[in-house]
Amino acid sequence: MKSPWVKKLFLLLILVLLVIFPAASPSPYLVHIMTLIFIWAYISTAWAYMGRFGLVSLGHGAFLGIGAYVTALLFNYFNLSPWIGMLIGASSAAFLAAVLGYACFRFGVIGDYFALVTLAVGELVALSIIALRDTTGGSLGFTIRNLGNAPLYFQFSNKVYFYYLSFLFLVFALYLWVRIDKSKMQKALRAIGEDEIAASSVGINIIKYKMTITIISAFLTGIGGVLYAQYITYLNPHTLSGVEVSLAIPFKAILGGMFDMWGPTIGTAMIVSLEEYIRVSYGTKFIGISEVAYGIALIVLIIFLPKGLYGTLKEMKIFKNERRRQYGCNKRKEVILRGR
Amino acid sequence: MLELRGISRYFGGLAALKDVSIKVEKGEFVGLIGPNGSGKTTLFNIISGVLKPSSGRVLYMGRDITGLNPNKICHLGIARTFQIPRPFKNLSVIENVMLGVLFGNFEQFVPYSEENVKQEALKYLNFVGLRVDESTMPDELTAVGLRRLELARALATRPALLLADEVLSGLNKEELAEASSILKRIRDEMGITIIWVEHIIGALMNLVERVIVLDYGEVIADGSPTEVSKDERVIEAYLGEES
Repeated sequence: MKSPWVKKLFLLLILVLLVIFPAASPSPYLVHIMTLIFIWAYISTAWAYMGRFGLVSLGHGAFLGIGAYVTALLFNYFNLSPWIGMLIGASSAAFLAAVLGYACFRFGVIGDYFALVTLAVGELVALSIIALRDTTGGSLGFTIRNLGNAPLYFQFSNKVYFYYLSFLFLVFALYLWVRIDKSKMQKALRAIGEDEIAASSVGINIIKYKMTITIISAFLTGIGGVLYAQYITYLNPHTLSGVEVSLAIPFKAILGGMFDMWGPTIGTAMIVSLEEYIRVSYGTKFIGISEVAYGIALIVLIIFLPKGLYGTLKEMKIFKNERRRQYGCNKRKEVILRGR
Repeated sequence: MLELRGISRYFGGLAALKDVSIKVEKGEFVGLIGPNGSGKTTLFNIISGVLKPSSGRVLYMGRDITGLNPNKICHLGIARTFQIPRPFKNLSVIENVMLGVLFGNFEQFVPYSEENVKQEALKYLNFVGLRVDESTMPDELTAVGLRRLELARALATRPALLLADEVLSGLNKEELAEASSILKRIRDEMGITIIWVEHIIGALMNLVERVIVLDYGEVIADGSPTEVSKDERVIEAYLGEES
């Protein structure tokens, strides 16, 4: 395996390349694609905070939508700067997560059932946005008032700022991932993800830790919604909330591998590029072709590569080195008998 | 130390426990036996908070702990092992025990540093005689190894009362003697009160000072091993089961 400093140097190189990318890029289109990748990678990383501990949410569209809508409505109607509104929006998402989480965790709704409950909540938020069409514009969506170049109001005439901003957010989400990994919480959640009864019998407060990670994940996702909405300057319940996004987020994370910190980012990069490729080369000829491809890929992935593409590759490498500290690789061929 | 007052538990219309009252004093080594389905594990689940009793109270050190969450009860100093070992399979053996150190009884909490916690965990693994290295996973352990891991993880939470559920099942003769001697050492050297549920009655009778017998959810005998083994109701309950 690579030594730590080679790895650090490699990361630094990528970092520098990404920082100078907009200046060197041949077209603003590529910068736009990169920005989209950063935003969605940030969101699916936030999703994987929960997902990797067995808290599979299929309703992150709810948090995304609430974050984006609350912030944008506060700006459009009350002229509140999205920089402040963003905190209110994300807090509202976190509040919903707290209510939903407490209800589920208190009564032991786990696994598939948790996924189903969240799926319903995601759809509920989308439908509420549509129902409140007098304020939200319903399924037609609405546009954020354009102020031209107003950095204090989260609006930039040059889209490059969004590139750097979303890049920073992604870096922050990855940094938080590392921090969580080093914390007591990560150990507690790993144990909870495996066996709740055994975890509580060693003194782990299941509800507390699950609530904490759910709230963190929802808050970050709420901010992701703001980021996306401000960048596109147009809000639509179907692109920000509802089943479609709610499924697209986990898919990105699962494709890359949700157990590794780079997994969601790599998965997102692949999906966004593929989506753009299909859109550009086939256009409107096959509407919905990418969704069909998603569906098939998702089935194949869950059956054959539950750890995702990157996660699987990484694990193979680890096997070679006879290190098996990775999640879930308890299927070693030869069983060494110890402990006698 | 632990007092159960009129504990009953129904599953549907079926009574798993009927008005069970038991008192255990500090430092005791108590065996809890009974035929299959007599409610031993249910009783453990109620004490450790996994199940709530349909009626009755659980008092621990004079405090009513009925219906508290399992993690709370663990923090108060009651640890348990599981009848079927439940290790965290994706964590190494050492990490399994570290969880107990990290999240167990708060009162004697060691300052949190990875190294501290690991040393503490190794201490308990040594105590139960399980020698592993950093990367040993639970699925590499034998049946005895898993039992030892269960014990080490429970001890790591620094309990004052240990509920040991069938520590001996699935072991051969040689292992039986060794595993039961670990329990004795836990009581004698660590001063932990033990309630021990066991199917292998011979091994249990040799070690414990007091035996409580459950049958159909009721306490039918409570006394020293010699007294209990002469008790007619006990003989009936066991022979009745076999015939």
